[in-house]
Amino acid sequence: MQQILHILAQDGRVAPAEIATRLGRSEADVVEAIAALEEQGMIVSYGALINWEKSGDNKVFAFINVEAVPEHGKGFDAVADYISRFPEVHSLYLMSGAADLQVVVEGVDFREIARFVAEKLAPAPGVRSTSTSFVLKSYKMEGIMLQDKPGDHRLAVSP
Amino acid sequence: MKDLSGRLNSFVRDLPPSGIREFFDLVIGMDDVISLGVGEPDFSTPWDICDAAIAGMREGITSYTSNAGLMELREAISCDMCERYGVQYSAEKEILTTVGVSEGLDLVMRAVLDPGDEVIVPEPTYVSYMPSVELAGGKAVGVQTREEDEFKLTAEALEACITPCTKALLVGYPNNPTGATMSREELLPIAEVCAKHDLIVFSDEIYSHLTYEGEHACIASLPGMYERTVVFNGFSKAYAMTGWRLGYACGPAPIVDAMNRIHAYTALCAPVSAQLGAIEALRHGEADMRRMVAEYDQRRRLFVQGLNDIGLSCFVPKGAFYTFPKVSQFGLSSKEFSRRLLFEEKVAAVPGTAFGACGEGHIRCTYATSMENLKLALERMAAFVGRLHKERGAETA
Repeated sequence: MQQILHILAQDGRVAPAEIATRLGRSEADVVEAIAALEEQGMIVSYGALINWEKSGDNKVFAFINVEAVPEHGKGFDAVADYISRFPEVHSLYLMSGAADLQVVVEGVDFREIARFVAEKLAPAPGVRSTSTSFVLKSYKMEGIMLQDKPGDHRLAVSP
Repeated sequence: MKDLSGRLNSFVRDLPPSGIREFFDLVIGMDDVISLGVGEPDFSTPWDICDAAIAGMREGITSYTSNAGLMELREAISCDMCERYGVQYSAEKEILTTVGVSEGLDLVMRAVLDPGDEVIVPEPTYVSYMPSVELAGGKAVGVQTREEDEFKLTAEALEACITPCTKALLVGYPNNPTGATMSREELLPIAEVCAKHDLIVFSDEIYSHLTYEGEHACIASLPGMYERTVVFNGFSKAYAMTGWRLGYACGPAPIVDAMNRIHAYTALCAPVSAQLGAIEALRHGEADMRRMVAEYDQRRRLFVQGLNDIGLSCFVPKGAFYTFPKVSQFGLSSKEFSRRLLFEEKVAAVPGTAFGACGEGHIRCTYATSMENLKLALERMAAFVGRLHKERGAETA
């Protein structure tokens, strides 16, 4: 199971037959295991990791620290649920440290994100304060270095 | 211009470059080649290891070390050998760090061999084993291993090669070029022969961590072997540190001391930055190493299956990162097969004969390259094999 997750986390397009070969298992086994992993919500979705800075699309990301008021019996879950429903919210985490929640927001430009924060996020029930930082440049995402891949420096043939 | 070739040492004058070199000259300058000919990891050294070396340089740790290497490193090696294989070596007297295993082998041959002493070397063999014996004035005696034995050395074959001049056995398992491994049970009869004939054993275990099925057996851990074995290992393969040039030898104090005396006059010490990196590798490198080994293992299964699917039959190698498929069925020599595969499909694989005459009929393909490259190489090899079949069909029709 663990090995299948590692392979798919690295490359979601690897076919079950190849996973089976790589792990020395039967294809039917792997298909069944993947179905179970999807069913249990361990595999959440399959997508490509895109460096939007290269694509030419207008995309701006901001990391927003949110101080929130916990609700009796629910903690931060209710306010987190409320915030996460906005399509502008790219990801959302409950944090240790000074802020309670970290919200990653995606927009087409600075203005759009400013509007979202001012009109949606800051006034949201349970939100006490926000502190917004814009992403200027991405270096590494999801464990992958984004700079151009280094070439193979090895000799073409060696002992 | 004065020609000094006549002034060279006569043995060196006639010493040919390895068969790898010859093939390398063909590949060099060609574009878009997928190389399965590289004998080193495709990973970069884990960053923590680089960072430790860089930190050392920043702190000004840039001088010579003691000849045998930093005591901290030798202690870490001693612990590692004990934890992994249950063999105890004194960091002070029984461990020497060297400029790769290559230097270690050169040192041990010079330290142990008298002119005419014979060293038995299983073939196919790593390209520098026999020259290292002969450069030290010894005589390398090849003992052939066979594909039907998965290229393992057998006690019978070994014993048949022993003469009154035999002084030592030099083995390297997991093996370059075949990927063969030898388990503890398979090594026991070899150990018995060595003890019976009082042979010294030089065991190059540089690929020990790259053992995918079963556990690596360190020859020194076998009964009666500790006192007659020099084990060589290093950081190149397990921690992707080939260019750092750092290896080590563990063995009986008199041999290690003799090696160290030569080492002190020739290399002085192994590079200090590499030693700092190696300490970090032994302390905290296990997870990175396991990650790379897991990746090699997956590639191994994919590539071996792929080779067998296209009709290049190949036993399942259990160690290192090499496959040694059979190519003799097409009526071409290994060299010709490799040459045509390179020129027609731009896939570089080393002819088996680069590793001794008994490598004829095989090629060495490494899977120390990306999954993507392996798949592409297999596609190209399938096309090549298909064409060879057609040619054969046309000939016999």
